[in-house]
Amino acid sequence: FAGLADVSISEDIPVEGEITVPVGSRSPDEDYSTLDEPVRDTIMRDLKAVGKKFVHVMYPKKSSALLRDWDLWGPLVLCVSLALMLQGGSADSKDDGGPQFAEVFVIIWFGAVVITLNSKLLGGTISFFQSLCVLGYCVLPLTVAMLVCRLVLLAGSGTVSFIIRLIVVAAMFGWSTLASTAFLADSQPPNRKALVVYPIFLFYFVISWMILTFTPQ
Amino acid sequence: QGGGSAVIDMENMDDTSGSSFEDMGEMHQRMKEEEEEEAEGEAGAAEEEDGEFLGMKGLRGQLGRQVADQMWQVGKRQASRAFSLYANIDILRPYFDVEPIQVRARLLESMIPVKMINFPQKIAGELYGPLMLVFTLVAILLHGMKTSDTIIREGTLMGTAIGTCFGYWLGVSSFIYFLAYLCNAQITMVQMLSLLGYGLFGHCITLFVTYNIHFHSLFYIFWLGVGGLSTLRMVAVLVSRTVGHTQRLILCGTLAALHMLFLLYLHFAYHKVVEGILDTLEGPNMPPFQRVARDIPVVSSAVLNTTAKAIALTL
Repeated sequence: FAGLADVSISEDIPVEGEITVPVGSRSPDEDYSTLDEPVRDTIMRDLKAVGKKFVHVMYPKKSSALLRDWDLWGPLVLCVSLALMLQGGSADSKDDGGPQFAEVFVIIWFGAVVITLNSKLLGGTISFFQSLCVLGYCVLPLTVAMLVCRLVLLAGSGTVSFIIRLIVVAAMFGWSTLASTAFLADSQPPNRKALVVYPIFLFYFVISWMILTFTPQ
Repeated sequence: QGGGSAVIDMENMDDTSGSSFEDMGEMHQRMKEEEEEEAEGEAGAAEEEDGEFLGMKGLRGQLGRQVADQMWQVGKRQASRAFSLYANIDILRPYFDVEPIQVRARLLESMIPVKMINFPQKIAGELYGPLMLVFTLVAILLHGMKTSDTIIREGTLMGTAIGTCFGYWLGVSSFIYFLAYLCNAQITMVQMLSLLGYGLFGHCITLFVTYNIHFHSLFYIFWLGVGGLSTLRMVAVLVSRTVGHTQRLILCGTLAALHMLFLLYLHFAYHKVVEGILDTLEGPNMPPFQRVARDIPVVSSAVLNTTAKAIALTL
């Protein structure tokens, strides 16, 4: 292999890549340190992170914790629970509820993707997954509203229950929109905040509408 | 030595036009075979295993490292090309460069027909407003469908709304753009999308009002008034950009007809009419997503049934 001695390859080739995830996330090379810990520790750590983000959503201060360590576990859990609770609400009782689950799922994720693309196109500085993470977590108040609505509907479905449900859903809708605006609007140029807020408003409005018009079979 | 041909192949690989991954795989396979030959001659099984491992660590020998290096380069090139293709949303960026004030101004302008049709009117090629209007129309349609207790399986409710609105916006824009191309009108595709999108503002207002206040006559007033205004604006802009009477007639007639008929369709197909409503009491027996003409009163269907029975009896 004498001929190969001329080929200039450095002994240690640097590993490069494009990491668009913000500082604070663990790169897989560090996993050797967490690989040996018991599974319970890993799960508890992730659960604590998700729980902390839930708390941040319920009390939206301008902290960057939601943005820095984004994860999609919370949105997935919320989306699935919301879709499960919204099943069985069609007038046709023979329906197995399949399309409904898919419908809610698709609306939430497709809507979140569209809003993210929109905010990026308007000149936002937030990354794709960070935005998805925030929008997903801010569905939490609406999930709570869905739970309350189901409980109220157990009691009866008259005008009074409709008014209660209307108030609860409207309040949670406002909360969701405010929470996500608090996180997302900062990443936009200041004069374009309204352009970003409107699709978010529409998105949560559609979800709230699905929750409000839910009638169980 | 066997390594000689391998080195030549590597040099041929050096083109930047980019070889496909399949070629690389094939080349790597050849490399692996060569390596295996040498490995058998030299160190034995351990070398072979290390040779198959594609990572950076664990490869011994210059040859292995060279292969790995090439694989890395090609892989990186593939990935960055795929990324730049995928992240091509940047080509849409100039169409979203608007301020809220501009959007509001354009929304209001979309209801005001221009008077000067002798020189081409300016159309802003912007996609934010139209896109938001289409989504708003989807939301309003959903509202209308829900309040009318339309017996559609939930799965198709959202799909229907989105499909209808986006289908109209994109489809009719393309069709009118094609007609404009035939009639020598000066309009680009983005401008057409933008024009039609803003024209949906009238539709949004009309449907929002009439889905909540159910009066037939009110709907017709809104249809003619609001729908007519936004259609007139679009027509005026198109007329100002077209030369020749026949062409103007074709283009504007088509657009006006489609736009007004769409509003009519949205009202009647997705909305229950309070007077003489055909009822949803037959709910569970109806096949999914049947758009019933909701104006037919119960009487006429009863008449139909008795007629059918009478015919069956006489036969």
